[in-house]
Amino acid sequence: MFVPHTDTEREQMLRSIGVGSVEKLFDAVPSKYRFPKLDLPQALTEMEAMQQLTDLSLANESARDLACFLGAGAYNHYIPAAVDSIIRRGEFLTAYTPYQPEVSQGTLQAIFEYQSLITNLTGMDVSNASHYDGATATAEAAVMAYHNFRGRRQKFVLSPTVNPQYRETLRTYLQGYEGIEVVGDEKDADPFLRPEDLFSLIDQNTALVVVQYPDFFGRIFDYTALAQKVHEAGALFAVAVNPMALGLFKTPGEFGADIVVGEGQPLGIPMSFGGPYLGIFATRSEFVRKISGRLVGETVDGNGRRGYVLTLTAREQHIRRERATSNICTNQGLIALASTVYMSLLGKNGLREVAELCYHKAHYAAEKIGAIPGYSLCANAPFFHEFLVCCPIPVEEINLHLLDHGILGGYDLGKDYPSLKNHMLIAVTEMNTKEDIDMLCEVLEEVSHE
Amino acid sequence: MSEPTIYELSSPGRRGVRYPASDVPLSPLPEDCLRKDLPLPELSELDVIRHFTNLSKLNYSIDSGYYPLGSCTMKYNPKINEETARLPGFAFTHPLQPVETVQGNLALMFELQEWLKEISGFASVSLQPAAGAHGEFTGVMIIRAYHLSRNDTKRTKMLIPDSAHGTNPATSAMSGFEVVGIPSDARGNVDLEALKKVCDDQVAGLMLTNPNTLGLFEENILEVIQMVHNVGGLVYGDGANLNALLGIARPGDLGIDVMHFNLHKTFSTPHGGGGPGSGPVGVAKHLADFLPGPIVDIIEEGDDDTPPLYGLVTPPKTIGRVKSFYGHFGMMVRAYTYIAMHGPDGIRQIAENAVLNANYLLSLLRGKYHLAYDRICMHEFVLEGRWDDAPEVHALDISKRLMDYNFHPPTNYFPLIVHEALMIEPTETENKQTLDAFAEAMLKIAEEAHSNPQVLKDAPHNTPVGRLDEVKAAKELVLCCWIPEKDA
Repeated sequence: MFVPHTDTEREQMLRSIGVGSVEKLFDAVPSKYRFPKLDLPQALTEMEAMQQLTDLSLANESARDLACFLGAGAYNHYIPAAVDSIIRRGEFLTAYTPYQPEVSQGTLQAIFEYQSLITNLTGMDVSNASHYDGATATAEAAVMAYHNFRGRRQKFVLSPTVNPQYRETLRTYLQGYEGIEVVGDEKDADPFLRPEDLFSLIDQNTALVVVQYPDFFGRIFDYTALAQKVHEAGALFAVAVNPMALGLFKTPGEFGADIVVGEGQPLGIPMSFGGPYLGIFATRSEFVRKISGRLVGETVDGNGRRGYVLTLTAREQHIRRERATSNICTNQGLIALASTVYMSLLGKNGLREVAELCYHKAHYAAEKIGAIPGYSLCANAPFFHEFLVCCPIPVEEINLHLLDHGILGGYDLGKDYPSLKNHMLIAVTEMNTKEDIDMLCEVLEEVSHE
Repeated sequence: MSEPTIYELSSPGRRGVRYPASDVPLSPLPEDCLRKDLPLPELSELDVIRHFTNLSKLNYSIDSGYYPLGSCTMKYNPKINEETARLPGFAFTHPLQPVETVQGNLALMFELQEWLKEISGFASVSLQPAAGAHGEFTGVMIIRAYHLSRNDTKRTKMLIPDSAHGTNPATSAMSGFEVVGIPSDARGNVDLEALKKVCDDQVAGLMLTNPNTLGLFEENILEVIQMVHNVGGLVYGDGANLNALLGIARPGDLGIDVMHFNLHKTFSTPHGGGGPGSGPVGVAKHLADFLPGPIVDIIEEGDDDTPPLYGLVTPPKTIGRVKSFYGHFGMMVRAYTYIAMHGPDGIRQIAENAVLNANYLLSLLRGKYHLAYDRICMHEFVLEGRWDDAPEVHALDISKRLMDYNFHPPTNYFPLIVHEALMIEPTETENKQTLDAFAEAMLKIAEEAHSNPQVLKDAPHNTPVGRLDEVKAAKELVLCCWIPEKDA
């Protein structure tokens, strides 16, 4: 389809090679299995493919058609047009990993700027060039902590208020490490626990304590005392963030976090049914050689011109092979670029403004919903743009009604927390108008009467 | 003059985007919880566009030139892919929506799973892994879980040929296996004698790249796989080089148990300057229950009038989730578009022409560059970037000099078993004129290496920056810039 050769050219090439046919090039393939017949649909032209894909996309209902109050790890934010205009440039889109710095300064400087923005946003000292997503970044934090203590500390404490998918991914990653114990988020753990409730789990065998900020239920806690407790035990403290919240709230750096991970999707990345997203990973200077993933550093060329290179590559798999602590190779280059453009466009005032809009709209919604008979709010702490509502009937039923009214309802927490049956997690962003919110409340009230 | 950083371009109070005023009453902010300062730059939209446009011009890319990077499959990335992935019905769907509202997404994923199964000969596919290395990790964890499920706990060794990608040993180590290296024989195949010696009941598996990183089809592939199976081990196929096998041979038919795909190599999704990739994993029937989930399946059969209802299911003995949600959906849309536009014949033509291009290019360079293993190659080949009579010249110098001729360098210093390796993969989308021009540049450089080696040592001469001081970068470690002092 995208092969340019004419028959004449193909003949010339075969002559140069000295074989009579293209088939002859495959003599090394066992004849029994050579040239299988593939049962695939016949080729479409571009015009037909566009139609087929459009039809498939129209079989969905999207946040373009529905008022979206669903969050739980992926959020519906506005993405300024300039973001996509930059990442569609072929010079960024179709470049390879910048192993040859002389012809990759665009990608390298953009990653360097990404690292700078994330460092400043999280209040840490250093950021890598990204991981796959929030879940894998969290798992990589655990792997880093494991190696930091050379495997001698074997307990990993997870707050049950960390995104369930992050916790599951972390467990998958740690399966191959012997003697590891992951505690704190057992099925019967109290989902409403406060940071100090984790104190009793932390001891001299603890490698890492992981919390989320805002937590999975949207709550904002000051983790200073917990960080102190973790450090007294000699362990590391990781905080999984929503970067949008950091437009407004204190940084994990101020709490004393050793590692900040997070899902970068809110920073200008479309929800796109779950990916590709962006894994944020930042830490303190003393751990810079223990980070997995790529790092870009500033340097100069032979004429003293400023330039950027991949640095500290001796940590990585292509050099260390089986002695590397991570196999990461490809990261999320283009998505990191999108977030860099997004943060550059919004800047210090814009990001704060969006975070404030989310905050105010979520609080307006929470107050109204809390006043509807049968519904109650469960927040026992300040919250950002997501909150927990205890509902009079199962969440699934409510969401069906909401869908009839063009509303995508909140996340059913009963799926992950047996004690939170009939609890809905509602997310509100700058995209939700007062009208949307009022409509949501109307339908919620209606539903409770049925 | 280098492009300033976004922090250097920042001007206090400048705005790039405005938002509507709040249409709800304001709530009091919890003052104790707020940050004091948000040190992000302040720019106008034009500042931002111009800055990143200027940066983009410092990049080499497929759209601007030929990229013969071995093992990376830098084929053309069709523009239609970028359109389909951005269709609002795809781009604005939330991953946790009720399945009834995302039947289009699920149908696309289901069909892509089916197509990948058909192309590879595997029984089941999970689209969840985010990249090749991530797929590899998934595959190796599946091997581990398979043996443990049979209470076979003594299998601690992973066999890895010396030509393997660095990710193979790194993956094995992070999955808890001891890495045992297997040498290559004189023809570039896995050394069968050496393999035989280490095959015992402690072998969990073998990680095999085929065609291997020398660009050679493993001539004893069936024997190699049989030997590992005979001692109860499984064979992992590194799918990095699948472009050479499309419609030529199906890894599942050859007996491979588990393999990852690179949608960003074989199926044309863009590399993006280092991601996002996508690394689905295919497995034979006996491993299907271990796949990471959820994966898409039909949960209610359809009939003539109604389409089937697709849903998300988690395999019963799953190794667990390897990332959030279901994988890089945006990349799946692109790969689906690409496969739909090829059909069965087009898919085979990809591999045929990739292999034709590689052998043609090799025919133009043979004799001027040393060739460690001189056979018909598959989609790529490996030259030595050195000559006995030009001892000061290295593969790196040849690579840098290629930039002066407006070509991206090949992969160099890999695979490790070839001295001063230059690994060249043309891909099927390059035309004969481009290959001729590249060969001409390579031959010119071979001549310069002997007549004027200094011009290679000093290269590149025409790039935005010259060779960069990597020692300084690692020693002084500047990994972050800030708002300049005067404005802070």
